[in-house]
Amino acid sequence: MSRAFLSVENLSVNFPTSDGIVRATDDLSYTLERGQTLGIVGESGSGKSVSSSAILGLHRNTNAHVSGAIWFGGTNLLALSDDEMRERRGKEVAMIFQDPLSALHPYYRVGDQISEAHLAHNRVSKRAARARTIEMLARVGIPQPDRRVDDYPHQFSGGMRQRVMIAMALINDPVLLIADEPTTALDVTVQAQILDLLQDLQKEFDTALIMITHDLGVIAEIADDVLVMYAGRAVEYGSARALLSQPAMPYTWGLIQSIPDVSRSVDLPLRPIPGNPPSLLNQPAGCPFYARCDYSKFVADNRCATELPELAPASYGHLKRCHLKEELSVYDTQLAVVETGAN
Amino acid sequence: MIAFAIRRILVGIVLLLAMVLVVFVLFFAAGNPARDVCGKYCTPQKLANITQVYGYDKPITYQFGQFVKGLAVGRDYPVDDKYREALQKSNPSLVIHCDAPCLGYSLRSAITVNDAIAKYAPVTISIAVYAFIIWIVFGVLFGVIAAVFKGKWLDRVIVGVTLVVYALPTFFVGTFLLQFIAIRWKLFPYPRYVSIADGGVFNWLIGLTLPAMTLALFYMAAYVRITRAFVLESLSEDYIRTARAKGLTERVVLFKHGLRAALTPLLSMAGLDFAALLAGAVITEAVFSYQGLGLLAVISNRNSDLPILIGLVIVAGAAVLAANIIVDILYAFVDPRVRLS
Repeated sequence: MSRAFLSVENLSVNFPTSDGIVRATDDLSYTLERGQTLGIVGESGSGKSVSSSAILGLHRNTNAHVSGAIWFGGTNLLALSDDEMRERRGKEVAMIFQDPLSALHPYYRVGDQISEAHLAHNRVSKRAARARTIEMLARVGIPQPDRRVDDYPHQFSGGMRQRVMIAMALINDPVLLIADEPTTALDVTVQAQILDLLQDLQKEFDTALIMITHDLGVIAEIADDVLVMYAGRAVEYGSARALLSQPAMPYTWGLIQSIPDVSRSVDLPLRPIPGNPPSLLNQPAGCPFYARCDYSKFVADNRCATELPELAPASYGHLKRCHLKEELSVYDTQLAVVETGAN
Repeated sequence: MIAFAIRRILVGIVLLLAMVLVVFVLFFAAGNPARDVCGKYCTPQKLANITQVYGYDKPITYQFGQFVKGLAVGRDYPVDDKYREALQKSNPSLVIHCDAPCLGYSLRSAITVNDAIAKYAPVTISIAVYAFIIWIVFGVLFGVIAAVFKGKWLDRVIVGVTLVVYALPTFFVGTFLLQFIAIRWKLFPYPRYVSIADGGVFNWLIGLTLPAMTLALFYMAAYVRITRAFVLESLSEDYIRTARAKGLTERVVLFKHGLRAALTPLLSMAGLDFAALLAGAVITEAVFSYQGLGLLAVISNRNSDLPILIGLVIVAGAAVLAANIIVDILYAFVDPRVRLS
């Protein structure tokens, strides 16, 4: 069986600490093809950034313990030497970070920071790298790129800075791009522009894109597949169409309910998910979402508290990690609000 | 950029004048310097004469004005015009000219403050520069090593040794180096200040080594810890992750991206610490009996030699102010955010 373009298999990332092992990502598997977009959704600390950083090998400088396999272009990235990994970083796999101000070095001109990425992987002159940089700045929609190339990061607005980050990430035509909450720190209108830009560039270069976000609106707009993560584990995974139209587990329902929507009736209050995710240090034996789940009472024998559900096919063509019976896990906003509002 | 520098220098001059005023008023209240030289058989008449000849009878505002004028254009002593003109005719060698910036005249030591400071300053400047170079080079070097090997045995050894050195008082280190290294074990020639003019650069350096080390050890220990903290902070920044994500080598990540941001704040601290040293390292100079500004301050204090003390305080303050301005301007060169805002 031939593997997908990117195939993450049983990926676990653990951080040993003096208090015990933090399981930031546990037994995560997914695949992604070229030109496709995978949206990874989840709260802060759900392991979405940690698992994606593992693809770039960014945990190699830390004390993290990474296991499993990340198959990419026929090789297991986790089995590569540090130098082999470094050669792929920024060239075949690139990453865009959440806060473009802190992700750019304050003391260096943006042009130098971008061309540095080009020079690290190509035997070209500085002049050629600079020309390529200006070309990329123009491509990501920065006006007067030949002038702005010599500016410093603090002279750019938030949206422009994120465009700089995108130019930096795409300068070597990577085949896989990881965007870690690229629009979280930006204004709503700028968010839309950046998303459009990412989609355009993805089409143009036929890049595989992993979009990490906690914004289901972003997912609905650009993702082909969706992976919902909770407490370091995948809890729901499938095509965006199936998953968003028929979400099959209470955590995803909660995420959807907590989206503000102007067309929603004012009588239906915005419902945040109560409580906090469990500590990744000593995870409970049962379902990680059990403590916050309003639906565990519909599951017999208190299985939610004692038994971790498998990531198993739901009837809607995607995978879910939930004990809830099929006939009960029909999502209905009205029903959900009425039911849980009574508690 | 130039406007920024000029503005900083102007503000510096205003601050310096304010400082001179405070120092002057403070010391003016301490008493009449004429009393110190009036001698054993001081009559009220004699005291009044000296007071008048040196202008200590004038109101403080007038005296301050003359002092500031002296800073700008220089002064002649004694300050009473009629008396000085008469003296010029009868005994011209007793009229003393003090070049600008004139910091005053010490009746007690019969020397202008400028001459006194000029005599003692070379030792202090030599020790300060030597110590500064030692502590910056080794402080930053060990600090960076400790940060890079954080948590490893090398880091622990450096941090541990640093803690011990930091806790050692200067007089202990100085006395140890002098008594054991130089005198008892004869590992090093007995420290003695030799000016470049007298003994050449080599002997000058040899003479300075032990006092400079004494002074540098304490600062070095502090700078190892500060550097380590700054480098660790810098290496945990997001832009370091970006640099790694670009596929840069660890060497480039550390030296180009990490150290640049870590060492910039060190610049301002180093400038101020160095300036503070220029006022004289009192204990070190005393332990090694080096004729530096620190020793001059101790002697002048013991003798209640107010004019020299005023001069020393002003010089020390000016050094700190100048260092501040230089650091600010340098900062604008290294940090683009300062330059452009």
